[in-house]
Amino acid sequence: MGKYLGMEVSFAAAEAVKLCNVDVVAAYPITPQTHIVERLSQFVADGELDAEFVPVESEHSALSLCVGSQAAGARSFTCTSSQGLALMSEIVYIVPALRLPIVMILANRSLSGPLSIWNDHSDVMSVRDCGWIQLFVENGQEVFDHVIIAYKIAENHNVLLPVMINMDGFILSHMFEPIKLMEQEDVDAYLPPYQPKFVLHPDKPVTMGAYAMPALFTEAKKAQEEALLASYPHILQAWKSWEKVSGRSYHPVETFCSEDAETLFITMGSLGETAGEAVRVLRGQGKKVGLLKLRLWRPFPFHDFYKAIGNAQRLIVLDRAVSYGGPGGPVAGEIRSALYNMENRPQVINFVAGLGGREVSVESFLEMFISSIEGKASGYQLFGVRG
Amino acid sequence: MRNINAYVVKTLSSREYIAPGHRACAGCGEVLAMRQVQKALGRNVIVASATGCMEIVSSPFPFSSWEVPWIHVAFENAAAVAGGIEAALKVLQRKGKIEGKKIFVAAMAGDGGTADIGLQALSGALERGHNFLFICYDNEAYMNTGVQRSSSTPFGASTMTSPVGSAQIGQLTWKKNMMAIAAAHGIPYLATASPSYPMDLSEKVAKAAKTEGPAYVHVLSVCPSGWGIPSDATVKFGRLAVETGFFPLYEIEEGKYRITVDVEELLPLEMYLKPQGRFRHLKPELIEQISRRVRAEWRELNRKAEEQKEIEERE
Repeated sequence: MGKYLGMEVSFAAAEAVKLCNVDVVAAYPITPQTHIVERLSQFVADGELDAEFVPVESEHSALSLCVGSQAAGARSFTCTSSQGLALMSEIVYIVPALRLPIVMILANRSLSGPLSIWNDHSDVMSVRDCGWIQLFVENGQEVFDHVIIAYKIAENHNVLLPVMINMDGFILSHMFEPIKLMEQEDVDAYLPPYQPKFVLHPDKPVTMGAYAMPALFTEAKKAQEEALLASYPHILQAWKSWEKVSGRSYHPVETFCSEDAETLFITMGSLGETAGEAVRVLRGQGKKVGLLKLRLWRPFPFHDFYKAIGNAQRLIVLDRAVSYGGPGGPVAGEIRSALYNMENRPQVINFVAGLGGREVSVESFLEMFISSIEGKASGYQLFGVRG
Repeated sequence: MRNINAYVVKTLSSREYIAPGHRACAGCGEVLAMRQVQKALGRNVIVASATGCMEIVSSPFPFSSWEVPWIHVAFENAAAVAGGIEAALKVLQRKGKIEGKKIFVAAMAGDGGTADIGLQALSGALERGHNFLFICYDNEAYMNTGVQRSSSTPFGASTMTSPVGSAQIGQLTWKKNMMAIAAAHGIPYLATASPSYPMDLSEKVAKAAKTEGPAYVHVLSVCPSGWGIPSDATVKFGRLAVETGFFPLYEIEEGKYRITVDVEELLPLEMYLKPQGRFRHLKPELIEQISRRVRAEWRELNRKAEEQKEIEERE
């Protein structure tokens, strides 16, 4: 078992990629993703990681190159943020259709404009329906763990889908945290070498990326959705086996003080830690408040979600992206729709907060709670906006 | 003809790597070129294809014309995908995960996927020095979407987005010089080729594939549907393009220019332009203007090749 080391979370992510013994890394620099790829490129330069590090000329080519390398049988990695994701989004949608188990870290950052290098979730929400398995992590240890877990899930022959790990830009990527690294042999035991099911090789020619006429397109999409839905038990299994190796357990929906809660905060990513502090404060005041953290965003864990909300009467849903002219933030929209068929569904109050790096503090959560209780907040509002 | 060897096709491999039954138009010069290219590459190759005519005609799921491993991802990224395949083969062979036999990596794209939307990915891949071959099948417009102009469409050509009208003579810009752009990356091997000269094409593709580092082959792909010529005239127009100096066949090896199909005296350009529907509207003075430019470029190419000969003789 490894030991705790203080390090920047981006470096921890790079350590995990190294421990996965990836074959190809292709990336284009964009803040706040840069420290991950800088570190990986140093590992390659120092001979610590035997991989091809390909410094491509754009994010579009970063993911395209990973498609080529993964299709040729190489375990491939890329990471990006914001505009980089927007630029590569064309290819983002193609990867799951090709059933290629690429792993990508998205250091979440606002989409321009106005240009902002800071953190929110507008980038990932722009590719919500891209067909990748999408995970959110809350701290550095979770980033480290999930790189390894992501390959385990993705490469499972019953899954063969790409995995996107969402980690908040700066708030996580540039934070120094104590990280418990793993020994190489433990990772090797958990994550066997990549065995592609179909591979580009002259000994057994295959055609990848054939196009579909209307007579077959719908069936292709059905097959793709079924594959994503069918990944769910394998995701659980990957977490379960990781617990055996590391002692750390993960679930599609993480809960905190939720059992008897009347009001539940729902967060994704690093806000979970702050919200947890707020819940502690409120519990200290005798308020029946709890917290749900959505870790698995796609496939959406409906069952776990219903179980986790229990008998709560009020859900305070945090969104970190605006759906202009829509019914609220994208997360709240999904949650409302998930609740629609419930007989005694809880009230949903939606705060869009933490846009473009705006701080969301423990006090912010307390404020949201009070305005929700007092009936001042309802439906959808931008939290803390001036003017 | 001057270079009789250019027409001796019996020495080409009889093995086919593009299966019959593909959906190309009658007389398609591009699929003819692709067939010859694949013969020259043989079976130990992995091909990354851009979106375009050749992708569409060869891969309607659940059918495939490809007898070699082939992948299509998107329009503009064939060079990046090929770069990934090359990186994978390199690292997997180095790590002993796959056996070390030589496998060529080829990217293929039309003129749009090369000179327009694919230029950035191509430039990146050439600059990074991937060991691969990029083949541009140039039919001089966006034929797959119904004949719209590209930067590779010749001056004066009429297309659906560079139409002839009372105030316009067709395409108003000169064909982008992809050979010069690719050569500016300092890559070890480049060539132009035409399926009307199969041996020349075949030798160049084989040489390009064996080159260590990036190689670029630009193939003129006569398009009867888009150019407005009879479908049985494909090979003839491919030859006329060369014999009029409109599309010279040459190579650049380690910076050295060599004309591979010499033309002692260029045929009049009208012979190439006039019978084509896309140039039919051109008045004699415009043909003369184009002809002057074609001849100037031909002289410049000959000068570069001559210079090379002189250097070699001196050495």
